[in-house]
Amino acid sequence: MAEEKNVVVDKVKSAFPDQILDVNEDLGETTISVKRDKIVDILRFLKEDSDLKFEMFIDLCGVDYLEMGAFERFAVVYQLYSMVYNQRIRIKAFIPEGDEKIDSVVSLWAGANWAEREVFDMFGITFNNHPDMRRILCPDNFEGHPLKKDFPLEGIGYRENFLKVTRENAQ
Amino acid sequence: MEKSFDALVDEEQFDFEYEPHEEKMLLNFGPSHPATHGTLRLVMELDGEIITKVTPELGYLHHGFEKLGEHRTYNQVVTITDRMNYVSPLNNNFSYILAVEKLFGIEVTERAKYFRILLAELSRISDHLVCIGTQGVDLGAFTPFLYLWKERENIYQMFEVISGTRLTVSYARIGGVPRDRDNIPPLFFEKLNKFLATFEDTLDEVERLLTRNKIWLNRTKDVGVISKEDVFQYGLTGPVARASGVEWDIRQAEPYSLYDTIDFEIPVGEVGDVYDRYLVRMEEMRQSTHIVKQALEKMPEGEMNVDPDTKVMLPKKEDVYNSIEGLIHQFEIIMTNRGPRTGKGEAYVPTESPNGELSYYVISNGGNGPYRFRVRPPSFYNYQILPKILEGRLLSDTVAVLSSLNIIAGELDR
Repeated sequence: MAEEKNVVVDKVKSAFPDQILDVNEDLGETTISVKRDKIVDILRFLKEDSDLKFEMFIDLCGVDYLEMGAFERFAVVYQLYSMVYNQRIRIKAFIPEGDEKIDSVVSLWAGANWAEREVFDMFGITFNNHPDMRRILCPDNFEGHPLKKDFPLEGIGYRENFLKVTRENAQ
Repeated sequence: MEKSFDALVDEEQFDFEYEPHEEKMLLNFGPSHPATHGTLRLVMELDGEIITKVTPELGYLHHGFEKLGEHRTYNQVVTITDRMNYVSPLNNNFSYILAVEKLFGIEVTERAKYFRILLAELSRISDHLVCIGTQGVDLGAFTPFLYLWKERENIYQMFEVISGTRLTVSYARIGGVPRDRDNIPPLFFEKLNKFLATFEDTLDEVERLLTRNKIWLNRTKDVGVISKEDVFQYGLTGPVARASGVEWDIRQAEPYSLYDTIDFEIPVGEVGDVYDRYLVRMEEMRQSTHIVKQALEKMPEGEMNVDPDTKVMLPKKEDVYNSIEGLIHQFEIIMTNRGPRTGKGEAYVPTESPNGELSYYVISNGGNGPYRFRVRPPSFYNYQILPKILEGRLLSDTVAVLSSLNIIAGELDR
């Protein structure tokens, strides 16, 4: 099992030598941290290469490393599964603060659509070339991005400021 | 994205001529509709009775669980996982706690592992019972619902015996299970044996009512067909994927707990329609019954939880009352700002929940709770295929397809 995983890491390393930031194999889970620039190419390579075949899209989520420290403040984490070789891989693409953008992978997996919308909703990371970049869980007029570490748990007074409908301002 | 009417509608599926209308009708399905099983909302564009466009609107049941989880200790988060999928809370509890135990590097006892398998499978049965029962009601078959609900009640009574609650059981702690750890109440086994003796008869009865029923076949056959390619494209998992012919069950592919010592079969469908999903769920319930029987047989006697000296579990009550170390230990676990801690790291354990792959991605910062707590909800991904399989079908198919995907709103919106 461990040898097979190294095959994945070696292949990705040789195909994208300048994109890899870090490789971690703690607890038997392979995580490859990459730069965000060629994320679509890296994932396409993982999906289509005949020795890898990570064709099952499992999950996509965001992480805010504000209080923990990492290469950049934000990361988008892709979880992939290869049914042929029965193995998993985790790709982390790091995104700097102030320029929260990354390419969308909807062209590879249609299932990434809502997951990317959720990351946009929760972290404010915009996905380039996404067909429908709207909020998904929070209301459209919501301000802020709740899963950022600097967003307070008790909210930002959203409930206190609800418009009170009175006889005067009723439409 | 706009498709022409001819491209959308395959007229062979209807036994009548259909002329497209100029004017479309906009219909709000939900968010509070009895057939939505929760607060789901679909904005549908209809041409007569044919659906031309579906836009699911999410977020009506958004609680911010992931945010809340970052502000709770590891054991407190268990109660949040209950509320994600309230139809099978035990699977959620165990899935989460497996990820945390991996992070802590804790191996629970064999007894606890088999007990977890036993409870997870009972929970899976109750989830499928709800799914098929309500699907029957939605499609006009009320009788099976009564038989299935009775069995669900039996399962809930068992949960009540061991955990004290019926729905939000929170029956998992790091290192084992809470309360009555070493002696499971005998009443539980009494009820379990009674349940196992009659459950398969109930399934037979329901099969006699539905499987060859003409109305049932007309409403479910070739409705909501999901192809094999779409399973990979959309990340569909669980019974939905298996009904489409993908033979993949995490319990066998990547066994967790002690599923590798248990013998069971994976039911696989051929067409991937609503009827196949119904058959797969029925067979899964039978397989789950076998798993419960095997787990019950293999469960060894002895300690349920890990040794309290590992400092992740509460100490024994007599230690708390009779020694200062025990008392300190007790407070170290339960006081706010205390609780078990682990080093930096992250863990992701895939588990097979009744709806598909349910996994928790837990990142630790060295604190007493998760730094990031992400759930991979099967319903979220399974729901995404809905517009694709509904467009071009009749409005009445919506209910059949929706209930066959078994979308749980708590898990969908989190």
